[in-house]
Amino acid sequence: MLNKMLKNFFPGKIISLENKWINILLILMIFVIFIGLIYALFISPPDYIQGDAVRIMYVHVPSSFISLGCFAVIGTASILNLIFKARFMSLIAKSLAPAGIIFTIISIVTGSLWGKPTWGVWWVWDARLTSMLILFFFYFAYILTWKFVNDFEKANKISSIIAIIGLLNLPVIKYSVDWWNTLHQPSSITLTSAPTIHYKMLIPLIIMLLGFVIFSLIIFLMKYKTEIMKFKLNKKK
Amino acid sequence: MLGKKVKSRVFYLILLLATATAVIFITLKSLEDNVVYFYSPTEIYNKPSISFNKKIRIGGLVKEKSVKKKENSVNFIITDLKNEVIVSYSGLLPNLFSEGKGVIAEGLLTDKKYFVADKILAKHDENYMPPEVKKALEDAK
Repeated sequence: MLNKMLKNFFPGKIISLENKWINILLILMIFVIFIGLIYALFISPPDYIQGDAVRIMYVHVPSSFISLGCFAVIGTASILNLIFKARFMSLIAKSLAPAGIIFTIISIVTGSLWGKPTWGVWWVWDARLTSMLILFFFYFAYILTWKFVNDFEKANKISSIIAIIGLLNLPVIKYSVDWWNTLHQPSSITLTSAPTIHYKMLIPLIIMLLGFVIFSLIIFLMKYKTEIMKFKLNKKK
Repeated sequence: MLGKKVKSRVFYLILLLATATAVIFITLKSLEDNVVYFYSPTEIYNKPSISFNKKIRIGGLVKEKSVKKKENSVNFIITDLKNEVIVSYSGLLPNLFSEGKGVIAEGLLTDKKYFVADKILAKHDENYMPPEVKKALEDAK
């Protein structure tokens, strides 16, 4: 019964989702990112030790959040998909991958640009940076599987298992800075205690995160729509 | 409620995750020396076997008033507030290198207390604030 409920849940509605909604989201995103950038680049203060280099944080941290968040959803959807054979779950997962890998790359590149002026190096093989690179490879393998395995059922199975194993990497990324000595600093925003970022810096960070989330949502919706259409076409053949 | 097939798939997934977790855990545990990016002076002090001809990294805080700059070399002390290691280094220092701040030195130990670095990295912490707030905090001390 649960199976049936899940299957009837989403796909039909998404197809009828008009482009109007995507356009509204697009305008909203441009607005939010514009405000966020003004705040991040001009209104927010420089850091007491890093100076203006801290402004890289407003791109780096939201990107990292989204890259992890997308993969968490991909992994969870893959579990549900494997257990309940709910096809649209695999389409949701597949459609989240592009936004996820884009932000993983942005996170690594901006991290590198931030590392040079602060740490003195572009890259080190510490636990945080390495586990983040591993996340990139999981995304890469996941997307490649969909691209190069032609049989849908097969691609679905392999990619789901890749995503589920990749899920185990997420807590490693998150806690790498607590479990081991790393060059990367520990988290400033935690669930258990007050953020160690001054509120004037926290505001642009949250606005930018919101902007990036909307951007990811747009990419996801567009991709999801095409994926469902493709899926239905293949079924008819 | 759950069908037989569904149950067997759940079982398979749990098995898969448990195995993968175990593999990752064992791998990370056995490679711990490589996963750890640097040692603190206390860890160096307590380490029973140290190779003096293998590159390692030591991290901690630059001890206040310990930085002595000569022509093109610099000496300073890395401390974790329990133990200390004296570091000597010649070369460019990163911008954020300063007394009381985090640092990581890469190089060779000559003994447990003395370290010759060929690379210095600045480590910063998770606190971000504007300069005037920092000043206010220090004035309040």
